[in-house]
Amino acid sequence: MVLLGLIVGLVVLFDLGNKLMTGQVTASTLFVLVWRGIVNGLVIGLAGVGLSMTYSILNFANFAHGDYISSGAFAGWAATWVVAGLGVADIGSLIVLGAGGDVYSSQLQTSVVGAPLAIVIGIVVAGAGAIALSLVVDRLVYKPMRNQDGIALLIASIGVAFILRYLLVFVFGSAPRSVAETPPAVKGTLAGVQYSFGYHELTLVVCAIALMVGVHLLLQRTKLGKAMRAMSDNKDLARVTGIPTEQVIRWTWVIGAGLAGVAGYLLILESGTIAYNRGWILLLLIFAAVILGGIGSIYGAILGGLVIGLADTVSLVWLPSEFTQAAAFGLMILILLFKPNGLFAGRTTA
Amino acid sequence: MSVREYLDRFLGDESETGTPIQRIVGSDAALVVGLLLAVYVVFIAIGTVLGYGINGQVNALARLTFLTAVYALAVLALNLHWGYTGLFNIGVAGFMAVGTYTMMMVSAAPDARVPGLGLPLWVGILAGMAAAAFIGLIAALPALRLRADYLAIVTIAFSEIIRISYLSSTLQSFTIAGTELGTGGGGGIGIQNDPDTVILETLNAIPGIGSVIGGITSVAQNAGVQPSVVNNWLYAIVLLVFVVAFYWLLARIGNSPFGRVLKAIREDEDVARALGKNTNLFKIKSFMVGCALMGLAGILWQGSLGFVNPNTFLPQVTFFIWIALIIGGAGSNTGSVVGAALFAAVLFEGPRYVANVASQTLELGSSPSTFAGAVGALFDLEVATFFAYALNNIASLRLILVGLVLIWLMQNRPEGLLGHRKETASSIPLGRPTRDSAVTDGGEEQ
Repeated sequence: MVLLGLIVGLVVLFDLGNKLMTGQVTASTLFVLVWRGIVNGLVIGLAGVGLSMTYSILNFANFAHGDYISSGAFAGWAATWVVAGLGVADIGSLIVLGAGGDVYSSQLQTSVVGAPLAIVIGIVVAGAGAIALSLVVDRLVYKPMRNQDGIALLIASIGVAFILRYLLVFVFGSAPRSVAETPPAVKGTLAGVQYSFGYHELTLVVCAIALMVGVHLLLQRTKLGKAMRAMSDNKDLARVTGIPTEQVIRWTWVIGAGLAGVAGYLLILESGTIAYNRGWILLLLIFAAVILGGIGSIYGAILGGLVIGLADTVSLVWLPSEFTQAAAFGLMILILLFKPNGLFAGRTTA
Repeated sequence: MSVREYLDRFLGDESETGTPIQRIVGSDAALVVGLLLAVYVVFIAIGTVLGYGINGQVNALARLTFLTAVYALAVLALNLHWGYTGLFNIGVAGFMAVGTYTMMMVSAAPDARVPGLGLPLWVGILAGMAAAAFIGLIAALPALRLRADYLAIVTIAFSEIIRISYLSSTLQSFTIAGTELGTGGGGGIGIQNDPDTVILETLNAIPGIGSVIGGITSVAQNAGVQPSVVNNWLYAIVLLVFVVAFYWLLARIGNSPFGRVLKAIREDEDVARALGKNTNLFKIKSFMVGCALMGLAGILWQGSLGFVNPNTFLPQVTFFIWIALIIGGAGSNTGSVVGAALFAAVLFEGPRYVANVASQTLELGSSPSTFAGAVGALFDLEVATFFAYALNNIASLRLILVGLVLIWLMQNRPEGLLGHRKETASSIPLGRPTRDSAVTDGGEEQ
């Protein structure tokens, strides 16, 4: 099976090389696709860490994870707008991100260049908002259900997803709108390849990598990581050993939802447009990444995110644009079929 | 077991005590009919408050019956997967899409905007069911290997792949063996002779029934009900007949040796396998039959509207069907129908009606355009203005309510309303034998 995968991979690489040589695909196009794939992949990976952790420690597929991403994004952007727009517009209009059509992002210059402080505050609020939300939801919904099986929790999480998504619609309205201004990108040519790095793309990459390293250190240097590994292996045994399981669960939510909220904020920063269902649409790709990397593995989720992100964009070389997402889902189904433990199986939670 | 015996059981023959009236009152049929009547009474009352005329009232009930019936069809099909076999399928919308689209592509006229093969409708319906079953087969292959939660992710990914494919402009129109075909892409696909039209035409063409329908239509017209509303009712009744047929089929499957194996797989697949059953084969068959029924449900539901586009089949549709199943109780066919009726009336149609009643009776004034305005009004102690905003946004509040109900059910009553019932795994009544001589095999009397 591995051999078959290797052969397919080689054929794809050979074809790509062939296309590059014959000029069907230029190096500059490929650069754009790969860079976009990395940017998207980092968002997916960052959000995937939390999904992977809750999946292995609480034993259920959290279908509300995408809506934690959206909720964090909305909370963070509301904060950014309030900070950037105080004095420009009415605070009520700023908090609902101009739902009434009375204030626009172009008035506020919300970008890392135009309003760096507002962006930093926004990132912090996005993370904190998602964390607070996840702790409240855990207390109200999941804690009373600790003894139920994963399917019951999964169904409950679908209910949570509905509530969060349509609360966002209730508060912010359903119309997608521009919330961030995109500053001009850094462009140039290197060895015949035209490159272009957006400020927001770079911000995203730096923040994502910093957070990933931070989580890595947190789980390697503290006892928390060990406790999490113990819990994902055997919850009862962990409790008998004296691990405060409820506390570990709370930390799982703090890390997972915090990363999800920041990922949501960065996603919107990079694309410029916010909509209530952005996280939900991203959720299946995140699942694909987590499954690809092996449920429970943080590094797996990050690498899986990069693979899915790259597959989603680089497959444009062969597929019409409508099908790239289908290709990523197809990749996930194949992985589930032939390697259900993921590519990095056996390494759970750090 | 014959149809007759099933009807007897459905009509309450199982409890062999009590007068015939008591038996019928306590039966499942009475439960469903009683529930429907209760819902009708409530909706008529609401319609009266809203000042609906007779035409509006009758039409509202027709729509409610239609929704109840189509949800019941889809929920019954899902019950075969989850309730009977324990297969966690959250790709229902995708299989409904395959059924509906295939029906349209086979039966649409060759000169339509999106050309089809122009074959008769019944060919299209059979092709749609077959296509849904075939796609079900492809999706079922992972089902053999995967845990329930993985299967959930695979099926929802499948349904999204299906929706994306129908949405794509690449497949918008294509040519196979010289015949032009297409899915219509984002523009959707339409059909002139949809199931609604064809079934009603067929009914009208039958001499006896046709004249009865004509009579009813003219009586209704004199009472102020438009013929189109009568037609809505007729199609809703046809759908109810389909619900009975689905129910019968599922009860039949559930009580057959095949169905007992399915339930054994649901309870403990290892034991079923240890008893020599090829559980994979059973799961595939169950999945394919359920998918074919979902395809038919999609055809009778969305197909009957004469036009669909890919966004008719968003994952949300799947979750609605799931919630109806969970309300009613997985594993119970009567529960599936009850859940569908309750979902359609209380969660799907109800909030809109309640909002209309509230805004008509309470004189709330105009709604602010944004949430900020509504909260601002709240600070000024203008609760009515906030309320007006809430009513104006009842569509999103309705889905929040759906989520709350789902969570409440999973926390407090995961087995639903009727899922707690004992399922007799026997084709003969297990009640106390009427004669003492019944215990002749040395077994203990129960």
